[in-house]
Amino acid sequence: MAEKRKKKLGIKQRYSMLTRGLGWDTTYQPMDKVFPYDNYEGIIIHDWEGWEDPFRLTMDAYWKFQSEKEKKLYAVIDSFAQNNGHLGITDARYVNAIKLFLTGVSPLEYQAARGFTHVGRQFRGVGPRVACQMQAIDELRHVQTQVHSMSHYNKYFDGLHSAPHMHDRVWYLSVPKSFFDDARTAGPFEFLTSISFAFEYVLTNLLFVPFMSGAAFNGDMATVTFGFSAQSDEARHMTLGLEVIKFMLEQDERNIPIVQRWMDKWFWRGTRMLTLVAMMMDYMLPKRVMSWREAWDIYFTEAGGALFADLARYGIKPPKYADIATKEAEHLSHQAWHIFYNYTHAAAFHTWIPEKEELDWLSEKYPNTFDKYYRPRLEYLDKEEKAGRRFYNDTLPMLCQVCQIPMGFTDMDDPTTISFEVSEYKDDKYHTCSLGCKDIFDYEPEKYVQAWLPVHQIYQGNCGGAEVPDVLKWYNFNLGADNMEYKGSPDQKLWDEWQAHRKKA
Amino acid sequence: MSFDIKTNVIQPRRHTYAHIAKRLGGDKPATRYQEGTWDLQPTVNFHYRPTWNPEREIYDKSLTAIKMEDWYSFNDPRQLYYGTYTMARHKMMEAEESHFKFIDKSNMMTLMDAEWQQMVRDFILPLRHFEWGANMNNCDCSDKAYGTAISQVALFAAMDRLGIAQIISRVGLLLDDSTGKSLDQAKADWLDSDRWQGVRKMLEDSFVVEDWFELLVAQNLCMDGVVFPLFYQHFDEAGQAHGGSAMSMLNEFMQDWGKDEKRWMDHLLKVTAAESAENAALLSGWAVKWTDLAIEAFTPIAHHVLGDKADEAMTSIRTEITQRAKKSGLEI
Repeated sequence: MAEKRKKKLGIKQRYSMLTRGLGWDTTYQPMDKVFPYDNYEGIIIHDWEGWEDPFRLTMDAYWKFQSEKEKKLYAVIDSFAQNNGHLGITDARYVNAIKLFLTGVSPLEYQAARGFTHVGRQFRGVGPRVACQMQAIDELRHVQTQVHSMSHYNKYFDGLHSAPHMHDRVWYLSVPKSFFDDARTAGPFEFLTSISFAFEYVLTNLLFVPFMSGAAFNGDMATVTFGFSAQSDEARHMTLGLEVIKFMLEQDERNIPIVQRWMDKWFWRGTRMLTLVAMMMDYMLPKRVMSWREAWDIYFTEAGGALFADLARYGIKPPKYADIATKEAEHLSHQAWHIFYNYTHAAAFHTWIPEKEELDWLSEKYPNTFDKYYRPRLEYLDKEEKAGRRFYNDTLPMLCQVCQIPMGFTDMDDPTTISFEVSEYKDDKYHTCSLGCKDIFDYEPEKYVQAWLPVHQIYQGNCGGAEVPDVLKWYNFNLGADNMEYKGSPDQKLWDEWQAHRKKA
Repeated sequence: MSFDIKTNVIQPRRHTYAHIAKRLGGDKPATRYQEGTWDLQPTVNFHYRPTWNPEREIYDKSLTAIKMEDWYSFNDPRQLYYGTYTMARHKMMEAEESHFKFIDKSNMMTLMDAEWQQMVRDFILPLRHFEWGANMNNCDCSDKAYGTAISQVALFAAMDRLGIAQIISRVGLLLDDSTGKSLDQAKADWLDSDRWQGVRKMLEDSFVVEDWFELLVAQNLCMDGVVFPLFYQHFDEAGQAHGGSAMSMLNEFMQDWGKDEKRWMDHLLKVTAAESAENAALLSGWAVKWTDLAIEAFTPIAHHVLGDKADEAMTSIRTEITQRAKKSGLEI
């Protein structure tokens, strides 16, 4: 008997049969009660079937690919730990980038997992829901693998011991935390615009990639392996980001102004948060990958420019204030490092004055600004430190009501004048650091007046006590170890001992 | 002779993160499950209230009537975090995949009686929509749950239910030579056939349950407590007389999955009920309510497949749920 020829389905068709047909319109309960949150933002969807699945992964394939990646990754993490991989990094100063990542970024991965779980339940279309659920579990992967790979660093260095506790409390960590809280408290479409599009698609090369490249350049095999392993997840997440934008824009032209406003908002909020990355790239990596300015030019001005040119056919314009952000690329990292240098006694990582050749590198990379404004200040602070007068600022800074960064940024055309804006809401004044943040505040003041501003909270007595050391204990800092200048820190002392021991051996 | 590689030993300054050490009662080496689970969820100082529901915080204990002193009292007895989860499921799926291949190659589906083939289309294929509903419910529980420990088991369960819905869909494609016609018919049955309306109504009613812990009990103890034994044991056994061994092979994933679900679900009930009499009373009330609903909802399909043996099967299923619940400290 001749074997019957079996029909073989293409990937798209197979995915569609296995997945898309699963949903139905409920009749025993009204659809609007089952999916109460997907229309209050004003986004109009005529046909959920118009969603193009960005990655047609069925669960069998998902388990297969992901488990193989996990096996390889954990083998590297184990071997890194077994072979004292931390001794192979360029310099212990590098670990401060890891500290910033574990306390500032890894908790965002967790927030992303929960946020995508939420929208993975709330959209009434099956296609977007499945895509969001897969991203949810991917993000859980990211936070867990980060916690696991950085666990080894925690065993040997300070400042890594209490990431979740710190993320909920510490002043500079309210910058990333409030960013994500903002996205999570927005509706499902805005959430996807903020995280999938602005964050994952437009800005990922300026956030995730610099940390991972920094790890590669500085001998951190554990983190860079995580980075490579997460790459295919990130590629999927980026595709989702672009798909959701196209989906909204193609469904109804009344969606365009809403999407445009979200792009403006989240571009600005994103670039503000990237301040921490800018500083990490220019100051915290002993072996530098590229300057923040160069990264901005390549990944935002060029790649972002191409993207927005592509979106122009839908009537979308480049984000508002992109020109200001580009101007800021000349200043941002220097101003941010200065803020942290001032307040490193209240931070869970160390700061320092760069070595001479590092200053020369900055002079070369920032010919328009560094020698003129920033190098003299660093050299002055260096002299003070060497004379035994390491400067710490004991006055708490005022924070921007929206991005929550201390209001230390200057007018970009006049870098000696602090920039700030004022809004009024219900007879109170609210200060923001920039026009970008002011616009965001003015559009939704009832949201941003709720912000848990760390400095206000300290002054109101909600953070462990009236004195700075009380607050730092409330942050769970080990005083004198987690905080303060790098020079003379326990991290540095141990590092030097390990290196001396290795040389002897 | 001993084997002794000389290594450069450096004493670690601490063995684990501070919040983990606190839970372990001292600075001791921790497992990956512990480090990847405990305290990952933010707990205080949220910046804004959800614009989609300003009544609640982003993470909010009051989204269920259950009260726990510590929402990490429950730990997954399977110790699953993402890595071990995907590896465990891949292993199960590999076995399932080889069954699919074997059955496809040997045309094993055609060994079933024509009537039983029709029966399989009647009972298993519409269940893919029930599985999709179970995905939604677990996703909802994962979204609203307090603490990483419970949230992550629910997320794993949600993804698993999508996986099971896809396995069932593939059964349909085996039966209809990949035309998808059997799936269209199954959807029509799900939407209109009298046999399925009780199930669909119960499931749609569960979509609007507010309390996530009630939903967790409704879905994973009560509805699943009926579905897994009914479809993958009783129906499976009934198929033996009709050449249904292909279905027995394909049921393996679901049979294993059902056992796996009981492990964490029963433990979760036990820990939660042991916390207080109030918790135990809430859980018991939900278990009684949803077990009754689930038994009633699935009775028509049980009769269709098992005929006069259906009542006996449903009685034994009810007994099994009752025993599990009692063992976990519920009164039912």
